[in-house]
Amino acid sequence: MVHSGKKRKTPSQATQLSSALLLDDETPIGPDLNLEGPQVNGSKSPSEAETQSDSDESSVYSELEDEEDEEDEEDSDEEEEENEDDGDDHEASESDSAAQEIAEEGRARSKKAPSTAQEPEAVEALEAQPVQDEYEYDSSDEEDIRNTIGNIPVNWYDDYDHIGYNLDGVAIRKPKRGDELDHFLRQMEDGNAGITVRDPLTGQDVVLSQSQVEKIKRLAASKVPEPGYDMYADAIPWFSSQVMETPLRDLPEGKKSFLPSLTEKRRVGRMVHALKMGWMKTKAEREQEKREDPTKRYYMLWQSDDQPEDVKRITDLIPAPKMKLPGHAESYNPPPEYLFTEREKKTWQDLDEEPFKRKLPFIPAKYESLRQVPAYRNFINERFERCLDLYLAPRARKNRLTIQPEDLVPQLPKPQDLQPFPTVCALTYKGHKNMIRTLSIEATGQFLASGSDDGTVKIWEVQTGYCLQTFTMPGVIKSVMWCPNKALSLLAVACENMVVLISAGVGDKVVVDQTEELLKEAPDNTGYIPPERVKNAVAWSLPEKSDKLPKSALIVLKFFKNVKQVIWHGKGDYFATLVQDGLNRSVIISQLSKWRSQIPFSKAKGLVQCVLFHPIRPYLFVATQRHIRIYNLAKQELSKKLQTGAKWISSMAIHPKGDNLLVGTYDKKVQWFDLDLSSKPYQVLRYHATAVRQVAYHKRYPLFASGADDTSIIVSHGMVYNDLLQNPTIVPVKLLRGHSKYDDFGVMEVLWHPTQPWLLSGGADGFIKLWT
Amino acid sequence: MVARRNKTYATGEASNFMTRKHAMRKLQLNLKDFRRLCILKGIHPREPRNRKRAQKGDMTKVQTLFHEKDIRFLLHEPIVWKFRDFKVFVRKLKKATAKGNFDAVARLKDNTPKYNLDHIVKERYPTFIDAIRDLEDCLCLCALYATFPKNARLPVEMITLCRRLMIEFMHYVIEAKALRKVFVSIKGYYYQVEIMGQTITWIVPHSFAYAKPENVDLKLMAIFVEFYTTMLGFVNYRLYHKLNLQYPPSLAGYGQTMSHADDQDALGEELSDRITALNRSLVRTVTHTEEEDTPMDDIPMAEDDGMMEEIKRKAEQLKHLTHLFAGMKVFLGREVPREPLVFMIRALGGEVSWDATAAPGSTFGESEPSVTHQISDRPKESLQMSYLQRVYVQPQWIFDSINQGQLLPVQTYFVGEVLPPHLSPFIADRRVGDYIPPEEKELLGLAEPAKAKKAEEQEKEEDDSEDEEEDDEEEEEGDEEESEEEGAPSKMKVELGKPEVVDKEKAKKMMEDEEFKLRTMMIKKKHKGLYRSMMKSRKRRVHETKQLEWKRKEFENKQNQAGHKSAEPKGPKAVGGKAKKAQK
Repeated sequence: MVHSGKKRKTPSQATQLSSALLLDDETPIGPDLNLEGPQVNGSKSPSEAETQSDSDESSVYSELEDEEDEEDEEDSDEEEEENEDDGDDHEASESDSAAQEIAEEGRARSKKAPSTAQEPEAVEALEAQPVQDEYEYDSSDEEDIRNTIGNIPVNWYDDYDHIGYNLDGVAIRKPKRGDELDHFLRQMEDGNAGITVRDPLTGQDVVLSQSQVEKIKRLAASKVPEPGYDMYADAIPWFSSQVMETPLRDLPEGKKSFLPSLTEKRRVGRMVHALKMGWMKTKAEREQEKREDPTKRYYMLWQSDDQPEDVKRITDLIPAPKMKLPGHAESYNPPPEYLFTEREKKTWQDLDEEPFKRKLPFIPAKYESLRQVPAYRNFINERFERCLDLYLAPRARKNRLTIQPEDLVPQLPKPQDLQPFPTVCALTYKGHKNMIRTLSIEATGQFLASGSDDGTVKIWEVQTGYCLQTFTMPGVIKSVMWCPNKALSLLAVACENMVVLISAGVGDKVVVDQTEELLKEAPDNTGYIPPERVKNAVAWSLPEKSDKLPKSALIVLKFFKNVKQVIWHGKGDYFATLVQDGLNRSVIISQLSKWRSQIPFSKAKGLVQCVLFHPIRPYLFVATQRHIRIYNLAKQELSKKLQTGAKWISSMAIHPKGDNLLVGTYDKKVQWFDLDLSSKPYQVLRYHATAVRQVAYHKRYPLFASGADDTSIIVSHGMVYNDLLQNPTIVPVKLLRGHSKYDDFGVMEVLWHPTQPWLLSGGADGFIKLWT
Repeated sequence: MVARRNKTYATGEASNFMTRKHAMRKLQLNLKDFRRLCILKGIHPREPRNRKRAQKGDMTKVQTLFHEKDIRFLLHEPIVWKFRDFKVFVRKLKKATAKGNFDAVARLKDNTPKYNLDHIVKERYPTFIDAIRDLEDCLCLCALYATFPKNARLPVEMITLCRRLMIEFMHYVIEAKALRKVFVSIKGYYYQVEIMGQTITWIVPHSFAYAKPENVDLKLMAIFVEFYTTMLGFVNYRLYHKLNLQYPPSLAGYGQTMSHADDQDALGEELSDRITALNRSLVRTVTHTEEEDTPMDDIPMAEDDGMMEEIKRKAEQLKHLTHLFAGMKVFLGREVPREPLVFMIRALGGEVSWDATAAPGSTFGESEPSVTHQISDRPKESLQMSYLQRVYVQPQWIFDSINQGQLLPVQTYFVGEVLPPHLSPFIADRRVGDYIPPEEKELLGLAEPAKAKKAEEQEKEEDDSEDEEEDDEEEEEGDEEESEEEGAPSKMKVELGKPEVVDKEKAKKMMEDEEFKLRTMMIKKKHKGLYRSMMKSRKRRVHETKQLEWKRKEFENKQNQAGHKSAEPKGPKAVGGKAKKAQK
């Protein structure tokens, strides 16, 4: 027959097919079962539905039996739907032989068959099985579990009287089969004989249903088994680019959606907590907050006005300076003088690049009335700049000086209390035609000798201003000095490379005669051989005609270079000469009585500017450009070196007591040295505006004077006390002006009268002035 | 063993100062936060005594140096944590906004981290008097912010608060009668008040529409304002309580606007509300008793009575000033700036009102018969002076009267008159050579002789009613005449010898000058530079003064010329002047 067809199906195929068919068949049962099941959900896999149907104690078959007719009608519809879903499966199975399929179908049918085929034993055998719950939930029942032989060829059981075992392990008996005759008779009797097949697994006869028969017929005609199947239906583009409004999902809502959300619950919990803690505010609260008065938050911060409470604070706080208060210029209606002129306005506008240079940060403006005043453009900018200053500008405490400039001026004794001192120009001695370089006054103060660039030496009477003598010399007179010896009326004149000793020819006739007598001829120098060095430097001689010297010249000393200065020692026997650019032979000391000279220094210590004898002790002061060296002539050693700190010394003067030294410098300073105190100046007086040419001490009065190139002479009071502990007091008392400038030179020489508080000054203008 | 070498720049000034970068690193802050912290805490860079040492030898640039102790002081400031919170908040907000998570944005915005500056105020001003002393900048900035409009680009809440605080402070000034001086400058109105012995001056700009300034970082200014509003609030609180006033005060007209503050009201409305508020008295916590006049006791504390009398006189003056406008009823024209005038008049005891149609808050109308003064700032022609019993003056009268401490004669301030110059009342300490304009000299009583001269001139004018030039000629002529009369014509004569006229004063002065000059020679070298610079600046001042004097003279000459020209054709004016004098 059909099921013993030539082509055998592999077991796997068989199960597949069977399951497919079962699906086909059993689905119609679904709706009924569904009503009974606990779930509302109808989406149950067919296998589940089957197991349930199995587990039902009421006979499934009987039910099927009753509803068979209805079932068939419904079948066609339902199957159609199913086929649509599982179209692929169908196509796969179609390829298998139709006969096999029918056989399988027959077997499936055969399950239901027993009731209809009246074979009670088998049914009984099946039904006799105690209904157990053991397999109630078994889901592994895709194969037919009524026979447990599994997927093996049924013909293996041909020799046995059973065809397999049921779930309880009880052998399933083969239904009794009659012989061919019985079979024939039954065919004759039964109208269904044509559509009855035997299920090989259970050995039962199964009557095929109408639809199954139909299917078989269609298969035989090589048609698609499903009658309503449209092979050429239009393809529905399920997955296309068009996005549909609702998803193409027919899945019912999951369980999750019906359970309360845990995350939401957590979120709500968090909110409640935040509200409780005040992190979050309700809408009402927020509204309330907005409406609240912002000044409500203030309270009494300070308990008292001026008692500091215990708070940490910045140490050394520097408060910001207060705003500068406006002056009249800022007024909207200022006095007219504060308004800018055109020129001022222009300068203000020109300083656009450097506004800090402006005197006022705005242009003053005048408005007739208040209503015309416009807005000030830079107002916000100025406030902003103030803010910047407050946090960016470095602050420092500065002591503001509340002093007036007058307070800086020292309080000194009044000049009136320090009289006498020269105040006015009493006499002017006119006669020289060129600048006067040097002055010298006789020891008694009666006569004055002056040497000028016009090559003359003039002797004046101090009191009257008469010129008594004029000696014409062959060159510029650099230095003139009276011999301090009162027994002589002798002048030493330095001119060119000579020092000429001239009899002055004024004063006491006896003295004049005596001088000329004494110095008429050379002393007896036999046995004295001057050293070579001296001999090269200086030569003593009587004046010769070729020298073009005045008649009264007594002795001439000729030096190897020009002489700059000649200075007598206090006793009047020795004199020192300073030779310009003489290097180590700059200073030469000569003795008048013996006509002898000596050179005290073997080494040059710099350009010597001037030399000076100490009035009492055997000291020689030698000033180089920057330093003053004091030599002890008796011990023949350097006793002290004074540091002037000046760039260029011009002149020196020593206090008659010999303890203080005055130094004038070309760098505008006058320095007072206290020789006992230090080698540095005790006081530096910077009261001249130009180079100081000459300084001088008065012999009797506590006065000193300095003359400078700016034609000014400053007379100062300089009291030296006998008490060593008391410092000298120095008070400038008078500024004398009278000379005029000549070639940038002013006063060349100042000189004190030996007995009176009178000052003599020689200027570059060729005049000598007496200040009394 | 080798002696260890000392490390340079490890001690002293070098270790006391740190650069801004270093400070920021130490505080773990970025520049923005550091700046904010410095502003709030009042930390500022300091100028070291020796910059080279403080910059550790690096003199290539001038660094901003902070004192190490100042930075250490900032280390434990709790506000720094708020800054960090804020940074986190900004990050969260950004993230939420980017994700479009608007719920989160709203929630975050609700919880914006806010810091409280109360403790910093206390810290910077340990005593109340310290806060009062440092109030100037605070008031200036708050006054400026109070004039800002409420627009989306400006911090609206801050502006509202500033307005409120300023109005409260002004109310305090009114109640305490603390106003001392006022000044109208081209920049704005300056007010000077005296609170607890401290003079505080602040400036309020002229009220005009807000123009966005260039090169101004308003965010930076907002930091200052943030601090200053806190400070001013606390100061107001204490000041109000000192006067037994309730704080926060219930300001007339102000509460209503506060209640519906949501709708953006225009600047004008806001302003008028403020002025309305200013024109009403405040509520006191203690019922106001009549001001008792406690006369000053005569305690002979100082040796000289002069000082005591001086003090008494000053107290009297002050009392007069604080009641300067007492009993006055002032009506303001609608063109007059209301805020400053209402403030000033109310502060000195007067009553003010304005046209009810111009702005709300007027207390009496123009037709009120008891009005004593009406202030108007318009040309005479356009003003109807229909009330005879009141004085029509220009606003400058109020300002000048306050500065003088007395009611000035109103004649020079009548509507239509050319106003006298408005002088600054703040010039206190003059140095030698500073310029004093003649108007001020007159006020100070320095210019008596000048007045006398003028009077003489006037008399002369009265006498002969001729030109001044002619006067001079006449005088000369007169002299000649005299000489002619005395000496009869004679050809040879020995005249009596006249003793040389020695001007003793002049001679003495010359001598003193010379003496001084000699003394200046002896100034120490140390002080010489200082002396010179001081004298130089004095010289400059004198020069400037001379220039100003010259300018004034020029101006007066011009005026005179113009006056003559105008006077010549106009006869009646001179006659009028005569008539006046005749009345005298």
